[in-house]
Parts: sequence; C-alpha cells; structure tokens
Amino acid sequence: MEKPLPSLTAPHQLAYTYKRSLGPVLGAFFNALREGRILGVRRKDGSVLVPPKEYDPETGESLGEMVEVASEGEVLTWAWVKAPRPSQPLDRAFAYALIRLDGAATPLLHAVDAGSEDAMHSGMRVRARFAAQPQGGIGDIACFVPASEEPDDTSPAPSEGTEPLEILRTPVELDYTYSAGESASRFLRGIGEGRMIGQRCPVDGRVYFPSRGSCPQHGVPISGEAVELVDRGTVVTFSINRVPSPNIDLELPYAAIQVVLDGADTTFFHVLGECPIEDVRMGMRVEAVWKPREEWTDSIENIIYFKPSGEPDAEFASYEDHI
Amino acid sequence: MRDVAVVGFTQSKSQRRERDHNETEILIPVIVDLKKSLGLETRDIDFICSGSSDYLAGQAFAFVSGLDAIGAWPPIAESHVEMDGAWALYEAWVKIQMGSADVALVYGFGKPSMGDLPRTMALQLDPYYTMPLWPDAISIAALQARACLEANVLSERDMAKIAVRDRANAKQNEYAQVAGDFEVDALLAEETLVSPLRKHDCSPISDGASGIVLAAGDRARELCDRPAWIRGFNHIVEPHELGCRDLTRSRSTEIAAEKAGVGKDKIDVAEVYGPFTHQSILVERALGLGNDTRVNPSGGALAANPLMAAGLTRIGEAAARIWDESGDRAVAHATSGPCLQQNLVVVLEGH
Repeated sequence: MEKPLPSLTAPHQLAYTYKRSLGPVLGAFFNALREGRILGVRRKDGSVLVPPKEYDPETGESLGEMVEVASEGEVLTWAWVKAPRPSQPLDRAFAYALIRLDGAATPLLHAVDAGSEDAMHSGMRVRARFAAQPQGGIGDIACFVPASEEPDDTSPAPSEGTEPLEILRTPVELDYTYSAGESASRFLRGIGEGRMIGQRCPVDGRVYFPSRGSCPQHGVPISGEAVELVDRGTVVTFSINRVPSPNIDLELPYAAIQVVLDGADTTFFHVLGECPIEDVRMGMRVEAVWKPREEWTDSIENIIYFKPSGEPDAEFASYEDHI
Repeated sequence: MRDVAVVGFTQSKSQRRERDHNETEILIPVIVDLKKSLGLETRDIDFICSGSSDYLAGQAFAFVSGLDAIGAWPPIAESHVEMDGAWALYEAWVKIQMGSADVALVYGFGKPSMGDLPRTMALQLDPYYTMPLWPDAISIAALQARACLEANVLSERDMAKIAVRDRANAKQNEYAQVAGDFEVDALLAEETLVSPLRKHDCSPISDGASGIVLAAGDRARELCDRPAWIRGFNHIVEPHELGCRDLTRSRSTEIAAEKAGVGKDKIDVAEVYGPFTHQSILVERALGLGNDTRVNPSGGALAANPLMAAGLTRIGEAAARIWDESGDRAVAHATSGPCLQQNLVVVLEGH
C-alpha cells in the first residue's frame, strides 16, 4: 500500500460568550467593583474571604455578610509572564500574583504591572488600579501596581444610573487546527476530484460512506481498501425542515434526507433540491448536484444538494436495513 | 470488597503533534492491541468507560467519536468522564465492586496539539474571578512553585533533579517523548520560561492515548499470569479557589494515600503524575515514599503527558511493574485541576 498523503488540516474557532448569573454575594462584589470598592464576605470565625464565596469552603456554611476591604495589599506569590498570551490583562511582561488585600484572610489572583521582574518580590505592597471604563467583571480592576507608585487618577467613571449588574459575560475564543486524519483526508480529497470514496470493513465487507477510519460496529481499523462509489443513491428517510440553519442555503421549507449510495452500506445526511416537498418519499432515487468544477475544494460542500434522478423508486426491501 | 486487578495495558507513543491522525485514529490501535493482547472481543467486556476533554477537541460531545474505536453495535454499556482516564478507571472499579461487571475496559485520549493548551487550561479555573483573566497553566503552576520555593519546602535544584531523573528513566520507555541524559547545573543555567519555572520543570504537550482492562477474581487470573490487584483506591478534591488552599503541600494526596493504605507496607514502585517538577515533589512527599521506592520508572508525565490519558498511564505503568515482577507493591497517582487540586491514589499488589 502506498504511503498516504499527509492529513488535511483546517482552522477551527470555538467562540462563545458565557453568561453567568451572579446572585447576592458575587453580585455585591462585582457591583461594588464597578464603583472602585472591593468587598469580601465574613466567615463565622470573623475572617474575611476575598474574593467572596457564597459558601464557606471549609464548612459549607452559607455566607452573606459583605465587608469592604482595602484596595491595597501584599503579594504572597507571583509568576513572571515574559510573553503575554491573547486576552491576558496586560500586553507587556507582567506578573500574575496572589494578592492578600488588607482586611482579607485569603488572596485573590490578579495581574501586577511592575515593569520588570526585578521590581517584583513576595511581600511587596500593591494597589488596585481600577479600569477607567468598568465593563462588569474582574477586569474592572485593570491590574495592580506597586503601592510605592504615585496614585494615578483612574478611579472608575461614576456608574450612577446604570442598572445593577446581574449577569457576568465572559467571551471565550479558542483557536484550533484540526487534522482530518488519514481516512477522512482520503474521503475529502476524493470529493475534491468529484469522486465518492468509501471504505470496506475487513470483518464483514460492509462499505462505509463516508469512512472515519474504523468500523464503528466492530471497532477495527479500516484504513485499507478504498471503494469508489457513484454519486447516486436512495432516500431511506427524510424530514421537512421549516427552521433556518446558518449552514444550509436553501429556501424553507426543504427536505433533509438520509441517503444510501448505490454500493454503500451506511447512510449519510444531505438535503434535497429541485423537488417540491410534497413529492419527497422514502425509496426515491436521487443524484448529487455538484458546484461548478472550478469552485471545487477538498470539501463535502462541493455537493450542493441531491435531486431526484427520475429513476423508478427503489424497492423497500433494498433499503429497509438502513432505517 | 471484590478482588479486582489491572490485567491489560496499552498506550500510544506520545508525540508533540500527531498531525496525520485524528483522535479516533490515535485511539484505535491502542484499543485493538489491548483487546488482542488479552484475547478479548468487545462482547466479552461488560463495561467501558473513558476520560477525555471536549475543550481539547474544541467540539461538544467530542468524546462520542471515541466509541468508533470500540465498536458499539450491538449496543454496549458505556460511560465517560470529562477527566483523566484514571477517574474513568475509578468508575469502572466501582461498577465491578457493585457486581454489575466482571471485565471492564477503560481508556483516555487527548490531542492537545490542536489548540493552545496552556491557554485552554484557563477554562478549568473559577469562571467568575479567575478565568476571565486568562491565566495560563504554566503561570498558575509557577505561582505554586514560587510559594514552595519561598517557604523553603523545596529548591530549584530539587526540581531540576526530578527532571533529570524522569528524563533518564524515560530512555527505557519507547512511548516517551522527552528522554535523555541531562545535568542539573546545565538545566539550572537555562532561562526561565514563566519565572520561576524553566522549560524542564514543565511536562511536554503530548498527543496520545492509553487503555487498561480491569477484571475481577478468577476472570483476572484467567487473563493475566500475575494480576496487579487493586488493594486501595481513593480520590480527594480541594477547593477551586487557589487562595483557599495550602499550595505548599498536597493535602488531598495525603488524605487519599492514607485512605488507600499506601503506608501499610513498603512501596517498591511509584508512578506519580506531576505535570510540573515541584508538583512531583509535593506528591511524592504526600505519598510518604521512602528512598527504597523506585519513582517513575516510565519517566512520568515529564517525559510524556498525553492529557486525559497520562493519569491512566501511571496506573498501567505501575501495573506493568507488578507483571514483570520488578515490584510486589506499587502505588499509582493521578492529578487533575490547577495546582494539584484533585488527586487519585491506587495501591497495586502482586499477591
């Protein structure tokens, strides 16, 4: 067997803004933070937890008595970040530190803008620098700075008249590079040439289209024999879709179909075009409609949809195993 | 309690970037070889449990694709934990203890090279106060390392010695990614990565997978000449917030080790999951290991750290030392969460 070509790769981004409700304790903390005040919560023994928790981490008791602490405190430990990553609080070298504010028993994690690693040491005094434009979140403290620096005038803009903050919004963006892997790469390269490539299970000879590199029934690798199929098959089941999808560029309503290609033993999802929805039926014979050749890429999107081929319907017995 | 043993173990070679295979394709040979080594078919396995993380894959329910490596038709009894496979093994062990299974297959897999792993790991932190500041995994570990250094519980030299030991041990491990002979002084002469951590203090980023078969009583004796019997098993967690914990020791490991009975007798071999050198030291101390214990003969996580499989691999490596009779009593450890937040300890014996 010839050595397979390298896997196809593609960028992928996971992006989502998480929205979390705050409740009475965290809500009090973040609302005060917008105004340039830092709150903790008192534990039964009188000590103050910063950042505040709804429950005591040791006893599990419900906590609720909010206490203001200083916006200045002491660095307990720190890590020097030479090359900040995207979304980190500062875009120049800085320290992440655990900082115990005066009046608090526990430290909170934040960034210290010290200029250089030499300027950092555990035990040093630091002061919160509040964000000029509070957004609602821990970033309303822009960072901490050495307390020896002259206080600057970046107290937050007054937030009078603004609604209390009830929801914390955290945007997340993560970038990935996907490898299709050996089997899917072969399939996608086939599609890129207008060919339909399936693969045969070595145990029972069933042909998988598309193949993901293993037989999901027997749990065996099927990186071996490729089987070329035609771009025509039978609708084994369908649904009428009246809900728009960002990925499907068809007028509503349209038929979503499950197709088994001639010579294949597994079905796959596609959509039906050039057919009134009243006419869609199980057993209907269909063929692929391809984009113009010059627009082909190594992508399943080369097939726009399937359309009726005009052949007589397939016998139920020929596809009943696929339902 | 039923007698339950580790009877089979396979792993993939860890690689910095497995470009040509997707996660399922990494997993398939591991599972196929595992079943083949024991002469098992999927139908002979009563319960299957896996560990992985959808965030590593950037895809919801990504773990479901792992089932393609098993063969889930006719339908199988299966479960998944969004954790290292060591915790999947715990679930399988409980299932066997309940009498619901006699043979269980456990696997863990991860392909962190697809994303920016240290950044992705920020998502395991407290989502209100900490994660929005995007502290990466190395920075979080560095906070703990400095706390340990300044409390004089360990030194940078102690940390470098761990890297030298594990990388040298890894020379015997064909599945390892970072192996070789290094000098402590030369490592200490290198620049810091995220101060106070240097590159040698950090485990590599590894793509990989591993799998284990557990079996009960006579079934274990049929499948394995010298089963590695599980004689103690526990896992303990600490609070999410770093400020609410003592970062200079691993209290949860201490408690888990006590409950698992680690100290009841001499430990010949230990496989500990220390993603950073100082964490390895903290865990070794918390387990109460003495000088007569061989630690990380495989090279541990500093030699290969296939995330979500590396903890399970520790259990497999410890069991393999029972099978090859280089030890009678072994302890394996797995960790999860920032700064050793959650720790699992399992004691294995050859008799």
